[in-house]
Amino acid sequence: MSETVNLGFPSLRLVPKADEKQSAKDFKTDQEVRWCPGCGDYAILAGVQAFMPELGVAKENIVWVSGIGCSSRFPYYMNTFGMHSIHGRAPAIASGLAVTRPDLSVWVVTGDGDALSIGGNHLIHALRRNVNLKILLFNNRIYGLTKGQYSPTSEQGKVTKSTPMGSLDFPFNPVSLAIGAEASFVARTIDSDRKHLIETLRAAAAHEGTALIEIYQNCDIFNDGAWEPLKDAEHRDSMTLRLEHGKPITLIDGSRGVVRGADGGLEVVDVESVGIENILVHDASREDPTIAFGLSRLSDPTTLANTPIGIFRDVPRTTYDSAFQTQLAAAKAGPGGGDLQSLLEGNDTWDIA
Amino acid sequence: MGKQVVQLDRVIIRFAGDSGDGMQLTGDQFTSRTASFGNDLSTLPDFPAEIRAPAGTLPGVSAFQLHFANHDIMTPGDAPNVLVAMNPAALKANLKDVPRGADIIVNTDEFTSRNLTKVGYDASPVEDGSLDSYKVHPIPLTSLTVEALKGFAITKKEAERAKNMFALGLLSWLYHRPTEGTVDFLRQKFAKKPEILAANIAAFEAGWSYGETTEDFSVQYEVKPAAMLPGRYRNIHGNLALSYGLVAASTRAELPLFLGTYPITPATDILHELSKHKKLGVMTYQAEDEIAGIGSAIGASYGGMLAVTTTSGPGVALKSEAIGLAVSLELPLVIVDVQRGGPSTGLPTKTEQADLLQAMFGRNGEAPVPIVAPRSPADCFDAAIEAARIATTYRTPVFLLSDGYLANGSEPWRIPDVDSLPDLRVEFASEHNHTNADGTTAFWPFKRDPETLARPWAVPGTKGLEHRIGGIEKADGIGNISYDPENHDRMVRLRAAKVEGIKVDDLEVDDPSGEATVLVLGWGSTYGPIGAAARIVRSEGIQVAQAHLRHLNPFPANTAEVLRRYDKVVIPEMNLGQLSMLIRARFLVDAIGYNQVRGLPFKADELAGVIKDVVASV
Repeated sequence: MSETVNLGFPSLRLVPKADEKQSAKDFKTDQEVRWCPGCGDYAILAGVQAFMPELGVAKENIVWVSGIGCSSRFPYYMNTFGMHSIHGRAPAIASGLAVTRPDLSVWVVTGDGDALSIGGNHLIHALRRNVNLKILLFNNRIYGLTKGQYSPTSEQGKVTKSTPMGSLDFPFNPVSLAIGAEASFVARTIDSDRKHLIETLRAAAAHEGTALIEIYQNCDIFNDGAWEPLKDAEHRDSMTLRLEHGKPITLIDGSRGVVRGADGGLEVVDVESVGIENILVHDASREDPTIAFGLSRLSDPTTLANTPIGIFRDVPRTTYDSAFQTQLAAAKAGPGGGDLQSLLEGNDTWDIA
Repeated sequence: MGKQVVQLDRVIIRFAGDSGDGMQLTGDQFTSRTASFGNDLSTLPDFPAEIRAPAGTLPGVSAFQLHFANHDIMTPGDAPNVLVAMNPAALKANLKDVPRGADIIVNTDEFTSRNLTKVGYDASPVEDGSLDSYKVHPIPLTSLTVEALKGFAITKKEAERAKNMFALGLLSWLYHRPTEGTVDFLRQKFAKKPEILAANIAAFEAGWSYGETTEDFSVQYEVKPAAMLPGRYRNIHGNLALSYGLVAASTRAELPLFLGTYPITPATDILHELSKHKKLGVMTYQAEDEIAGIGSAIGASYGGMLAVTTTSGPGVALKSEAIGLAVSLELPLVIVDVQRGGPSTGLPTKTEQADLLQAMFGRNGEAPVPIVAPRSPADCFDAAIEAARIATTYRTPVFLLSDGYLANGSEPWRIPDVDSLPDLRVEFASEHNHTNADGTTAFWPFKRDPETLARPWAVPGTKGLEHRIGGIEKADGIGNISYDPENHDRMVRLRAAKVEGIKVDDLEVDDPSGEATVLVLGWGSTYGPIGAAARIVRSEGIQVAQAHLRHLNPFPANTAEVLRRYDKVVIPEMNLGQLSMLIRARFLVDAIGYNQVRGLPFKADELAGVIKDVVASV
């Protein structure tokens, strides 16, 4: 095993570093990528492959685990170790791997159906435990692989093959859900914004514990344009709230910003009317999740107005796997025990000659 | 003063009381003393699923039966020689099992009109003559205990709670049991409560003295130690033996043990036990649900651990899809199913063998899983090691089918020398295993060992072996996704052939005369009752052969040959005929099933009758 060094990603300090410099090409497999032409997954895959060399860790110590769905084909295209598992269970499988193998960098790829519908239980428990996993949740607000049914993030009233008169379900907001589930790192980015995607991956990789990145991803076959207001040049700057640590939270065009309202909630107001000095300054490291949660509630689930993009929350908390290994080490260092023969014999034996 | 001592060759005692009366603890203590005295023994705890059912009611009765003898025995016994009934409910619930002439010790303090009415007695059976054919010993256990504990700085309620120790003291006197162990046990249990400790020891001693002084017991009994193979022994429960088997397998495989699980009766004690052994590198992970339990174990197995998940029937149902994944990934995994009464929630604290077909077939697609079943509480140790051997050698999930009776029952165990246990070391893949046409090399994750058909176990962190696996069908050898029809047909047959080709020990037949025409075939925890029944039958001069399957998938290679030797094959099972169905389908043998699902093990006498009927019909 190679030497272990701190490469600037605290969560990877136990993972061996690469012997030589790697490039994006090193992370590509010989398998033909089989997403639909124009799918947002291509951009995410390219972004991840471009980012991976930056980690500087041996690629044989990187593992991608996925569930079922279009996004979950991702591991087949990453030239690392990988497992394409069963629907919704990737966080559970990845937890067992990460807990027992602190020398691995474990990543999970999932979608809005995989993570929030069939696998909702595993997602929330991974977040509360804070296992050292990086979870990329591709959210396209539709079931793609089963050809177009509404998902748990689809807007209410959505007409799909399974809801010809419109869906009745109220959607999840994945960021709100994650913050409610005690997540220590929650971020949101967009497939088409490569620079922001990589910045977010970098921050997640540095975070010790479970990091959830919701990636707004376009399904051009069954839900094309779902995130268009946040992407097109005409609307993007007036729809998107940029979250940057230490900076006032405003729309990209600076016209409106976030203030604390009189009732204690958050409001989006004209910056000029209150003055930029009164706009809330973003602090992702705030221990109390109230403001991060409040920010997650600002977006309109239908029009997407005031949608925050960036890192909502990034706070230190002991990781499950390090605590797990600490208990093991303490037990091993402790007095007595450790001998199988004496364990089998116990305290109450008798001999027959 | 000395009383007459009567020698007995075996005794069956049943302690019965309210769930809160401490009957399991009392039984456990009597068992420990009996074990260290050197008797052979077998136990059967029988308790309700509710932690505290309403006091004094029939559903709240908790019982513990112990069979001990001066010779080797195979079951907890059919009918108790002594029933200790701590209240009217305990008497009513257990009387039907007690043969006339047996001793019944009742706690008369609890035989109040209110308690009698609760269970439908119009008058006290102790007084109305309805128990005249039994040797009834009416003893005010509660008030005698309270009287003995006067002067202790404890409440009346605390004094009353020590009545189980009074009863234990009395029984210990009656059967000549050593006392030191019980006193040591109390010292440990109540180390932080010196007053309670002193009171419990005093109650125990008062019970002993009561036996010695009362005229109600004119004789004392003695059961001499049994002749057993030389060695060091301890008493052990099935779940404990199974836990130790897993730890031993991990040590012998030189792989850390990882348990991913979710609490479920009657398997939870395995989690409790393994969580104590971090010192031996044992890792336990209490997951959010059954699926995450096995999911985490699959992740750990992928990472190179000896991975285990433990559950009972309803949990197996939840894990089914993940078991199929492990079949498809071909990763080692031990799935422990401590069977209980079903379907659905069923009878959580009672025993049954009705998950055999679920283990065999309960998955989508052709998904063969090897099955190993222990036959006695102590045998859970060896069966766990065998399950781990198959899992790691053949890179497959393996079912270990225990049951509630084995889990909670106990027997003496000759402790093995760790160095004598099987060597389970495995080699992880470390280099390329395939040469391409152009002379370059590659790692093929599904290139098989020609003998075992096992694929390489290539753990993350191994340079040059980066590869992807998944639940989608894989191309033979190279392991990439493949939808090719011929390839799928080949892979399905390869996985089946791998399991079918697992090397297991031959089926042994116990046929002392060699002249039997009837074979009794069993699996799992019916071993004791079938063996005891065979003894009864043979003691009457009737010949019968017994064989017991440890491996249910694949069956031992000589199974067909054994079955064909006999005119008739009887299969007693605690289900409606699951092994019978497999045997009939697989070997075209007209097996005769004998089936019951009462939540309790078979009685030896009953099985003996069944065997005799079949022999007579040949």
